[in-house]
Amino acid sequence: MSILIDENTKIIVQGFTGKIGSFHAQEMIDYGSNVVGGVTPGKGGSIHLGLPVFNTVKDAVKETDAEASILFVPPSYAADSAMEAADAGIKVCVAITDGIPSHDMIKVKRYMRRYAKSEKMTMIGPNCAGIISPGKSMLGIMPGHIYKKGNVGIVGRSGTLGYEAASQMKELDIGVSTSVGIGGDPINGSSFRDVLARFEEDPDTDIILMIGEIGGPQEVDAGKFAKENMKKPVVAYIAGLTAPKGRVMGHAGAIVSAYGESAVEKVELLKESGVTISKNPSVIGDTIKSVLKG
Amino acid sequence: MDIHEYQAKKILSDFGIGIPRGGIAYSPENAEYKAKEIGGSRWVVKAQVHSGARGKAGGIIICNDALEVARAADKLLGKKLVTNQTGPSGKIINRVYIEEASDIERELYLGLVFDRGSECIMVVASTEGGMSVEEISNKKPETIIRSKIEAAVGIQEFQAREIAFNLGIETGLISRTAEVIEGCYRAFSELDATMVEVNPLVITKDKHVLALDCKMSFDNNALFRRNDVSELRDKSQENPSEVYASDRGLNYVGLDGNIGNIINGAGLAMASMDMIKSAGGEPANFLDIGGGATPEKIVKAFKLVSSDEKVKVILVNIFAGINRCDWVAEGIVQALQTIKIDMPLVIRLAGTNVVKGNKILKESNINYIEAHSLKEAASKAVEALKKIEVK
Repeated sequence: MSILIDENTKIIVQGFTGKIGSFHAQEMIDYGSNVVGGVTPGKGGSIHLGLPVFNTVKDAVKETDAEASILFVPPSYAADSAMEAADAGIKVCVAITDGIPSHDMIKVKRYMRRYAKSEKMTMIGPNCAGIISPGKSMLGIMPGHIYKKGNVGIVGRSGTLGYEAASQMKELDIGVSTSVGIGGDPINGSSFRDVLARFEEDPDTDIILMIGEIGGPQEVDAGKFAKENMKKPVVAYIAGLTAPKGRVMGHAGAIVSAYGESAVEKVELLKESGVTISKNPSVIGDTIKSVLKG
Repeated sequence: MDIHEYQAKKILSDFGIGIPRGGIAYSPENAEYKAKEIGGSRWVVKAQVHSGARGKAGGIIICNDALEVARAADKLLGKKLVTNQTGPSGKIINRVYIEEASDIERELYLGLVFDRGSECIMVVASTEGGMSVEEISNKKPETIIRSKIEAAVGIQEFQAREIAFNLGIETGLISRTAEVIEGCYRAFSELDATMVEVNPLVITKDKHVLALDCKMSFDNNALFRRNDVSELRDKSQENPSEVYASDRGLNYVGLDGNIGNIINGAGLAMASMDMIKSAGGEPANFLDIGGGATPEKIVKAFKLVSSDEKVKVILVNIFAGINRCDWVAEGIVQALQTIKIDMPLVIRLAGTNVVKGNKILKESNINYIEAHSLKEAASKAVEALKKIEVK
């Protein structure tokens, strides 16, 4: 098993025919993901990468039974595309787009509240690398080959730092059940806590690696959730020890503006919740290895 | 993106909030003229720099005649104001704001920010205006009033009224104060702001509710639809290297150390900086050249990092995923043919085709130190620095 996606998940690509959408759609197909088509308004009825193109997400879902989508839509239209996916009955939507205004994301989150829990779409991202369940499916932009199949769940904000962790793990022969990039924006579709809850339920995940960073309350909230609701061990690394206060460090959400948001404070609060801390980014793999051994 | 006080006040005034009469001046003569134009007998001359705590740093001067206004402007204009928020190099004062002095009865604090936990807009208010919100949280936390506003519905009158009552505003001024709170909310939400702070919001002796100082920040990601806001950008208030970087699609933050960094991805960049620190060094910058790490971006990054005089060693750490290490290595070699780097250079490549990438670097004639892991890269950079320091 894995969380969110597996080899059967039917995927459509929103922003399918654009340069970036085409490139990554092909990468996903090559990895073995079950991509069944795509959406580009105005290009419905054509064929792209050997797959059907639809004008609307609803048309795509009707024809292909797609359950998951991935957004490669420019920032100014991305919020609209996410809401379109939610309305069409997509269950998992990954927004790769970087640069969506925060006010738009708040609107998306509010919009999704209209659906009953069972009908509600899970949004991952924006500004993220997406999801991979190694050996099964990739709904993202990561290099698939660096992930070995296994029993560690990964959830993180950053793309390349997540790759670094996965490759450290692969070198130690440690595999991944699913890796989820929740993205670097201040308002995101799913939080660390949301993803931890899914890993806790997944029989193939034995331990979870959480890769956080400065800014916002999510890492600490996730730590509290793990302490109160989880049996599986959580290992965490928090990036940004050297980041100055009040400055945005690349990711729109990576800014220390309140107590508990710096790396040092997050590490302290996570330790209090019983989370095992990887003290620096070069020992992430080793830390997981030692926890796996018990 | 930050803006100046006078720009923020103009916005507040457009949203129906009272501000003292004032005008902007670029020279002492100009300042004196403005003071006379504004009228009255007491004025405040305020340095316009992107920073709080200007008063304590000598950036705000109270004057009792127009000539004093001219002298105050002369004293400030063209100088750099160093506050506890600007860093030691300070920020240049290119304009001053001349404002009529207000007779203050009460000073309040009013701020609006995103609350990331609840994903709502949070109004924060306090009876202790004039202090920074951090100071209020430390010294008078019991005075802080918080009210969550659901962005899809907007602020309701009762919410604004409740805040005003909780601030202990006298009955006759409740609706006026509530209007100010609602106006700030509308400015926040209609202009894609990330922060609106009126500090202090004052009640004057003649019973006016006025915004005496105001700071605003805006969501950079929303500037594409806020032309009026984008035009308020003042690059003279930003770090020149950061302006250079942002104009070239790079994400750069200058720091105080001497090991320069070139990294792809914000998380990996922060992690590499942490690793430098843990190896006993200090990073000179945060620099994310983006996941793609194209040769053009690598060239720009080398130019940027090597132009920082503090930098003694450069560390390049690229994790190549979809793009391959061999391609990144070619980019680095190309870059080093166009720019001469006279300092130790540590390069660590990882990911797809790493062996090929390292081979390309080795076979080129570039002078560099090879590293294979994050840890090795950081410790080799610190070692290289120590060697220079010994010399």
